[in-house]
Amino acid sequence: MAMKNKFILLILSLIFLFSGYAHTAAAAVTDEEGYFHEEVLPNGLKVFAIKDPNAPLSVFQIWYDAGSINEQIGKTGLSHLLEHMMFKGTPMYGPKTFSRMIKRAGGIDNAGTSKDFVFYYQKLAPDRLDLSIELEADRMRNLIMDRKETLSERDVVMEERRMRLEDDPQSLVYEEVVAAAFKNHPYRWPVIGWMTDLETITRDDLMDYYRTRYVPNNAMIVVAGDIDISLIMAKIKKAFGDISRGPEIEKLNVREPEQRGEKRVYVKKEAELPYVLSAYKAPNLLQDDSYALEVLASVLSDGKSTRIYRSLIDKQQIALSAGASYSGIHNKYPYLFYVYGTALPGKKIEDVEAALYEEVDKIKKTPPAEREVQKAKNQIEADFIMNQDSIFYRAMIVAQFELIGDWKLKDKYLEGIEKVTPGDVQRVAKKYLIEDQRTVGILVPIQNSKLKTQDQ
Amino acid sequence: MKKSNLKKIIYITLILQFAFCMFNSSSHALDAERRVLDNGLTLLIVERHNLPVVKVAVGINAGNLHEPEAKAGLANLAASLLTEGTKNRTAHQVSEEIEFVGGSIGASGGYDYVTVSLSVLKKDINLGFDLLSDVIINPVFPLDEINKKRQRIRGGLKASEESPGYIASREFRKAVFGSHPYGRLLTGTSETLDGITRDDLVEFHLKYYVPGNSIMVVVGDITGEEAEKLVDKFFSRWSAGKTKRATLPEPEITKERKTITVDKDLAQANIILGHSGVSRDNPDYYSIFVMNYILGGGGFASRLMQNIREDKGLVYDIHSFFAADKYGGRFQVNLQTKNESANTAIEEILKEIYKIRKTPVTDEELSDAKSFLTGSFPMRIETSGRIARFLVAVEYYGLGADYIDNYPGYINSVTKEDVLRVAKKYLDPENYILVVVADQEKAALKKDYTD
Repeated sequence: MAMKNKFILLILSLIFLFSGYAHTAAAAVTDEEGYFHEEVLPNGLKVFAIKDPNAPLSVFQIWYDAGSINEQIGKTGLSHLLEHMMFKGTPMYGPKTFSRMIKRAGGIDNAGTSKDFVFYYQKLAPDRLDLSIELEADRMRNLIMDRKETLSERDVVMEERRMRLEDDPQSLVYEEVVAAAFKNHPYRWPVIGWMTDLETITRDDLMDYYRTRYVPNNAMIVVAGDIDISLIMAKIKKAFGDISRGPEIEKLNVREPEQRGEKRVYVKKEAELPYVLSAYKAPNLLQDDSYALEVLASVLSDGKSTRIYRSLIDKQQIALSAGASYSGIHNKYPYLFYVYGTALPGKKIEDVEAALYEEVDKIKKTPPAEREVQKAKNQIEADFIMNQDSIFYRAMIVAQFELIGDWKLKDKYLEGIEKVTPGDVQRVAKKYLIEDQRTVGILVPIQNSKLKTQDQ
Repeated sequence: MKKSNLKKIIYITLILQFAFCMFNSSSHALDAERRVLDNGLTLLIVERHNLPVVKVAVGINAGNLHEPEAKAGLANLAASLLTEGTKNRTAHQVSEEIEFVGGSIGASGGYDYVTVSLSVLKKDINLGFDLLSDVIINPVFPLDEINKKRQRIRGGLKASEESPGYIASREFRKAVFGSHPYGRLLTGTSETLDGITRDDLVEFHLKYYVPGNSIMVVVGDITGEEAEKLVDKFFSRWSAGKTKRATLPEPEITKERKTITVDKDLAQANIILGHSGVSRDNPDYYSIFVMNYILGGGGFASRLMQNIREDKGLVYDIHSFFAADKYGGRFQVNLQTKNESANTAIEEILKEIYKIRKTPVTDEELSDAKSFLTGSFPMRIETSGRIARFLVAVEYYGLGADYIDNYPGYINSVTKEDVLRVAKKYLDPENYILVVVADQEKAALKKDYTD
């Protein structure tokens, strides 16, 4: 289970490297077997078509470089609210139509927003993909965004925030830690937005953002399944080809100043168990150290046989759950490496925190054993293979590596992992997991005096 | 372990969620080879050669149904200790061996049955089967592992009190099923856990972890012949034992309105409204399924979502479902809304229930429901892991080898009259159970709902 989730993180995160590469490649290229096609349309829209005759379903994904880091101060949550509004209809396909049409065709649709990007997808039978193409081309430019509907959807997002954050103490800690770790980079903003900002976002804010960012030269399509590539490309060109290129968008040019000492934040909230989340500044996959950091996270906590589980959970029995987490393909810009733990009832969170650092320090002092590193590599590799069972994730994998620079790099990824030595793992632990570069969040549970259950 | 945290760290906000508790399918046949071994084990094999991977799911009729009330949590504890030490391996050896090859092995408890899962690369299939058979046949339930697990389950129970959704579900289950095993927590409680001994675990394992009680589904890059050889090699020593197939009583259902409130410092009221439902073998199952899709099972295509999210902006998520288990089931509507909107949301749910019981659904609603339910099947069984778990359920609930072929017919034969009839018969807007976990002062439930 843990591994599977880790991989989802891996895949979703890679996409974040929306590097503007879409504007540079020009030619249409199909591989020898005719199973893979890449092309950039004259309006800048990048398209990948992947044929897999064994896939029981097909998937259509469209990605926009329009994640929350592109927002303005005071308008956090705008990217995600716009994602919601994308389902609210166009003159051609009215409100409440999009998901209904997809479902009527036996399909499932959804969307997601992260700090770096937004994506929309449908899973459908291959002969129903026309519907995705038509609907996505339409809503790239023609959203209505009725004022009343916008206000109502803002309420929905506020409910979403209450559910995901306000009433989930550990999520609140995560939000605070990230906000404290970055003092300048817009990574500090939560994707869902601060409640006070959500209250002030208007339809005009959304429309301006939509007009600027939902343009073909800021988008990428990945379509995969048992498809006829030339047929699907013809349909995509017909539907999207006439949409005119938007003005080039200025690249986000912001760097996080150096951190000069540990930062600590506390969240006091009704909760049962204390929790600690410690986040270190760490590079992304654009730096080679990233591979060793992935292996380090795995050596620390990928499974019950690894260090943090054995020490904090099995031997010392101080934590209910604990681990480490890192993905170098999560973000366009340097982000974070985490260690975290929830104390068992009666155990001190200070001891959990100290025990986590002790595991980190052990690796700094002595490189992990050859077998541990080999195990981590095997786990990363097996996850990589197993997750390709889903055509949805295969489409994402191709997208993510293309966004780094070239989809063929996905093979190089495993090579990069394979090259990591125990010495590398020790070296990156020493280089990045340092006290002065970390931000620590502690959940301080407050007991609610009025807690009671009543039967009537 | 890492699951919940990683989810937060990814922070992808999906705009909608589904809760389908029942299967969907269409004429997308799976070629499953089925046989029953001499020791009674039912074996199903599906060849899929798209990746060098094999997934195995073993369903064992050793769920919570079989534990005494005073020892609630016994079945779950037994399942979770399978991997924590065998006659041949310590807990650490089990995890070290499987994790070294990048695989995984684990067991999860359930009310109707326990599922043991194996996930492994093709090249390590021999090791995988060795471990799988070892944890199923030879667990030794070491005392220190029992104590550690018990301590962690207790900790988990405490941590769950942080989740309003968990509290609401727990209270709802208890109210619907009373003392029937379906009304209890899978994990048991702190008190019942204390009363479970190592002898209880050993005896439970001996009694219920027998091949005649078990369904093994092997899916992946393996031929029928290879799979059978592996099963013969590693599972023929699994002695037949006595197959326990106790027939359990259906839960006693008392029809009365009941409200349960839990007061917590929350921004939202977590609400469940519902009542008892149907068991999986109910002849109206498919009509109910279609009816519920229209009411609240169909995401944005459902009435509850349209009314309460799309028109009123009161919720992020609202859905309804019939969870149909072997000996009974439950119907429930789940939602979260700011405390102050609790009354309005409850009122609207009841309105929708009244409406679907009174007026036939439209032709369009019915045909939309059918086209989704029949057309979306391939998504439910896209991966080998999903196929394996799906086939365990098909076999356990006796849905038939040709279930996938028959399914579209089951759905398509449902009429508007059926939908109206089952809405009247299986939905009850008077005698419902209402659970509200909220800041009660702000939620200020109307007297209508608390009386």
